[in-house]
Amino acid sequence: MSFWNATNAVFRREFAGYFATPVAYVFIVIFLLAMGAFTFYFGMFFLSGRAELDVFFGFHPWVYLFLLPAISMRLWAEEQKSGTIELLMTLPVPVMAAVVGKFLAAWAFAGIALLLTFPMWVTVNFLGSPDNGVIFASYFGSWLMAGAYIAIGSAVSSMTNNQIIAFVVSVVICFMFTIAGHNIVLDFFQGWAPVFLVNAISSFSFLTHFNAIMNGVIDLRDLVFFGSLIALSLFINAVVIDLKRAD
Amino acid sequence: MIIIEDLVRRFGTFTAVGGISLRVNKGEVLGFLGPNGAGKSTTMKMITGFLAPSEGRISVCGHDVVEQQFEAQTAIGYLPEGAPAYPDMTPVQFLGFIAQVRGLKGDAASKAIETAVARTGLQSVLDQKIETLSKGFKRRVGLAQAILHDPPVLIMDEPTDGLDPNQKQAVRSLIRAMSANKAIIISTHILEEVDAVCSRAVIIDKGKIVADGTPAELLAMSPTKRFDDVFRSLTTPDAEIKIEGAL
Repeated sequence: MSFWNATNAVFRREFAGYFATPVAYVFIVIFLLAMGAFTFYFGMFFLSGRAELDVFFGFHPWVYLFLLPAISMRLWAEEQKSGTIELLMTLPVPVMAAVVGKFLAAWAFAGIALLLTFPMWVTVNFLGSPDNGVIFASYFGSWLMAGAYIAIGSAVSSMTNNQIIAFVVSVVICFMFTIAGHNIVLDFFQGWAPVFLVNAISSFSFLTHFNAIMNGVIDLRDLVFFGSLIALSLFINAVVIDLKRAD
Repeated sequence: MIIIEDLVRRFGTFTAVGGISLRVNKGEVLGFLGPNGAGKSTTMKMITGFLAPSEGRISVCGHDVVEQQFEAQTAIGYLPEGAPAYPDMTPVQFLGFIAQVRGLKGDAASKAIETAVARTGLQSVLDQKIETLSKGFKRRVGLAQAILHDPPVLIMDEPTDGLDPNQKQAVRSLIRAMSANKAIIISTHILEEVDAVCSRAVIIDKGKIVADGTPAELLAMSPTKRFDDVFRSLTTPDAEIKIEGAL
């Protein structure tokens, strides 16, 4: 019974689960509508007269903020509510394998939704000649950021058996991470907190890191930031599940 | 095959299991009896590794449940209370998932699923979603899952709860048929079940063992030779006290 065998089994079950219910289809349709509405209506894509997708990518954190917690909220809360957690945890499945399998399933699903926005890319290539390198970097950065949102949501989901609580708390935490670099947050600390703390808070901003990638520069620091945030969230997730045994 | 020594489990200040020691050998079917809240399910959750014991040790097929959790869980088939299963899967998908987690592949997996399906009589509902199944079928899906890998140890929490008399009969024959080369623990409220399937019965009350013997030995403890009377004389009638108090 290897770690990856268990991860793979959990991943496949979870991933198929999205498509076994209308969840997948509803999510994908809403996701694409939201992306389109933001880009064309609020972002005034056509009026800008530029063949680039930064308006489109600029809205990703905000769409993710509300839609990805809807994907991650069920990951653990549902198992704990329905009692299937007892089944899962009495099978020879390491906790971390279950955590990683579930996370990867949600992340892969978000990746599929993201890939389905390809008509944007087709449109912008039809209208002009954008820098496709920048676009691919942005897609990659966007997916990486989606992973961070999902990992946070998964950890929150493990702390409750109520999906609505999981959703609301995830949105709040993700919101704080999203705007950590914004003046709204920083002004609050600037008056009294030491500079290093203000800098530390601002360095947790999803927007700052994502914007850096959107400029077409995949900096190792941004990858490490999202990567370590995902790893930390999944670690917390596993610890929470493990603690419930002894609770 | 199952050795339990001085098992204690506390939830906060409440002691659910207060020092249980038991040995169950191959070929034995142990009936676990006791009023609601006596600690039957908690004990089973500890044997299967879902809950960590506060004190004491459990060994299954020579593997310590805490230290060699996965080896122990590999040897156990477990039907949790209420037979939880993933509602959006069909029985065949669900059993496929269990087979994969249990490390069964290809022919071995299909053969194991086929056998478990035949033994639990699930053929007619294989492709219906579990959420649409009747209580009896859901219970049988849980049973099929527990016996899928032909484990040397079977732990079943109220395996016949919610079944009609015919189905109860079928499950009892199944347990009897499997009992020769397994160590089996079942919990039940239904006293006649003890006589029908168990080679040994243990009555627990308030987390402690109050009687342990063959069904015949237990019957001999009461002048009326009725299980009901044995049960009532040994256990605390919690509910009755409350009702009298209310009146």
